[in-house]
Amino acid sequence: MAKVSDFIVDDSDTDPLAIPKLACGSMRDSKPFVAKDAHQAALGYPGELVDDWQDKAISKMGELLTKYRSLQVYMDSCVKCGACTDKCHYFLGTGDPKNMPVGRQDLMRKVYRRYFTFAGKYMPWLVGAEDLTEDVLDEWYTYYHQCSQCRRCSVYCPFGIDTAEVSMAAREIMDSVGKGQKYCNEIIGKVYKVGNNLGLPAKAIRSTLDGLEEELQEDTGLDIKMPLDQKGVDVLLVTPSADLFAEPHIDGLMGYAKVFHEAGVTWTLSSYASEAANFGMFIGSYENMREVSLRIRKAAEDLQVKRIVFGECGHAWRVAYSFLNTLAGPFDFLDQRYPIPQHICEFTYDMIENGELRFDKSKNDQYRLTYHDSCNVARGSRMGNKPGGQFEIPREILRASCNHFYDMAPDTIKEATLCCGGGGGILTDDLMDVRLKGAQPRMRAMQEVAEEHGVTHLAAICAICKAQFSKVLPAYGFKVNSILSVHQMVSNAIVLTGSIQEKELDEAKTPEAAE
Amino acid sequence: MVTQLYAVLFVSATFVLLGGLGYKIWVFATAPAPLKIPTTPAPVTRTGVVFRMIREIVLFESLFKANKWIWVFGWVFHAGLLVVLLRHLRYFTDPVWGWVVLVQPFGIYAGFAMLAGLIGLAARRIVVPRIRYISAPSDHLMLVLLIAIAGSGLIMKYVVHTDIVAVKAFFLGLMSFELNPLPADPVLLVHLGLVAFMMIIFPFSKLLHGLGLLFSPSRNQVDNPREVRHVAAWAERLVARVKAE
Repeated sequence: MAKVSDFIVDDSDTDPLAIPKLACGSMRDSKPFVAKDAHQAALGYPGELVDDWQDKAISKMGELLTKYRSLQVYMDSCVKCGACTDKCHYFLGTGDPKNMPVGRQDLMRKVYRRYFTFAGKYMPWLVGAEDLTEDVLDEWYTYYHQCSQCRRCSVYCPFGIDTAEVSMAAREIMDSVGKGQKYCNEIIGKVYKVGNNLGLPAKAIRSTLDGLEEELQEDTGLDIKMPLDQKGVDVLLVTPSADLFAEPHIDGLMGYAKVFHEAGVTWTLSSYASEAANFGMFIGSYENMREVSLRIRKAAEDLQVKRIVFGECGHAWRVAYSFLNTLAGPFDFLDQRYPIPQHICEFTYDMIENGELRFDKSKNDQYRLTYHDSCNVARGSRMGNKPGGQFEIPREILRASCNHFYDMAPDTIKEATLCCGGGGGILTDDLMDVRLKGAQPRMRAMQEVAEEHGVTHLAAICAICKAQFSKVLPAYGFKVNSILSVHQMVSNAIVLTGSIQEKELDEAKTPEAAE
Repeated sequence: MVTQLYAVLFVSATFVLLGGLGYKIWVFATAPAPLKIPTTPAPVTRTGVVFRMIREIVLFESLFKANKWIWVFGWVFHAGLLVVLLRHLRYFTDPVWGWVVLVQPFGIYAGFAMLAGLIGLAARRIVVPRIRYISAPSDHLMLVLLIAIAGSGLIMKYVVHTDIVAVKAFFLGLMSFELNPLPADPVLLVHLGLVAFMMIIFPFSKLLHGLGLLFSPSRNQVDNPREVRHVAAWAERLVARVKAE
């Protein structure tokens, strides 16, 4: 297993989108740990590879083809035009052609053709059809766990073929025959058992929040509450559990608390639904994704809140924005005047728009900042009323809270954004090699703005991006703490009514006004 | 003998094409899309989606974003093919519709454009290692098939003429189930044979991709999941393990 320190950056080229030479099989050996019996059982999957796995897998594939139009259409429609071949960050970082989106899809498509199409049944050699052998299953396990389901390929495919859908289906099929991935499945089990991915029990969450309340008190002089399981408040905040635990996530959480405080909105976290991320999507399991989502509904009902707001989390926001209403709706018991669910960035942006937040941008002058559009926010969701709000709203928040903001190259941001390299169930140490190489295009894009504009820091609105960048930034010559939460920037610059910062700022201003 | 053979061939090819297309439309249409998965930013209204689809169908918008070479060759080929097909309507209409008459001179250029686009695509498939890697024998053969169809058509126009009046009589006859003699010119027979073959494999091969685009959820869905609840029938029947209290 590769460690960060073993990793040698390929600096032969500095173009983030430089197309590598094909390196067939170069990533063949990078595969994640297989889920154990207990991890599988908690999710309703067999504990080990079942005896008749081949028949079961094919019949599962047949079932998914009738349940998901996406899969059926995507299996049939690829013309091998090549448009996607240079679009995956894992291909750009590794050169392994099975990391080209079409290469990855074809691992399943060749099996689809063999068992479900006329040509594949009778002339497999002609159309590249193959039996589902143990080797093929092994390849599936390897390469479908080198896809972060970031959807970049789907932007460029002339038919909108989304490799994420194929990866999800492959993982669902593998789970159903007993070959699951430990990282994802163990985590989903923790959500069922404890309520969040990190397995933090209510007591631990409460004591973290107590510590943060003290810190906020010291920082601002104000009594800013961070409630847990409080009934009858306005907002249920659903945020990734990493926000309670990791840097720079936790600074973002304090930012949310400050914004809620200034808004005069009462809020609470839920220990039962103490996780925004929904790894059910990563494994392509509608059922598991739904179970995790229903916890959020139950928490909202039990706590009798009026609104649901999500914290900074990428794939979580895709599930929340695009799927929550489907999976756990209708939310007719919530206040219909607000979006259900709402993103914390939408919440903060509305206040900025209404002139309800005051900022002292100079508090962020030590940062020269760029912004990483998290893949699933960019290409699988929206913020605000207009298409593309997911790009503009976080940028507006950053511009409101700092003086030095520079975007990376246009073909690496917004809908063309590059994945951090750790999304979709890849953020595990057993895939460190994949993560380091997959981050290369994003890191090179950041190196470009570092050279051009002296950019020092990168802000993001995703727990996985933040954790991933903390690991990979050092390998690309940046400091480990160069990754920031967007609401950390808000937290640094916000001037709360009645706070120490307000007094300081007003005192500093008065002499100038007198001159 | 040739006439009978080609009559049977074209009638059955037409049935296979229509039946196969109908079957595939049924397969695509009856598979539900249980989740909202438009690739965003996506239109937030139905009308917006119609415009997105029109841009994809007419301009190949996504392909344009992806790769200008593939776009140029692909677009020129498809546009050429469209005009060539329209030009061929004169073999199936009597009297020939006015606008089909107007299309005739453009059809000639379109034939060359189509061939140029195909040769460009074939060259990329061979020369670019990434695309060579993903190509199965059938991917090369599809291009060979189309090049042979376009080439044989142009040969009949410029080199070895055939009796197009008789060809037209043959097809008009077929449409009213009458048998008129088809000229037994080799180039014509190759041209028509390949076209019939293409009609037969069309619904069961990657040639179907146009239909796939129409049914692609990442392109044809409206981005409004918060406003409108979207649930598939099979998902409605799921029983939750978490019970609301």
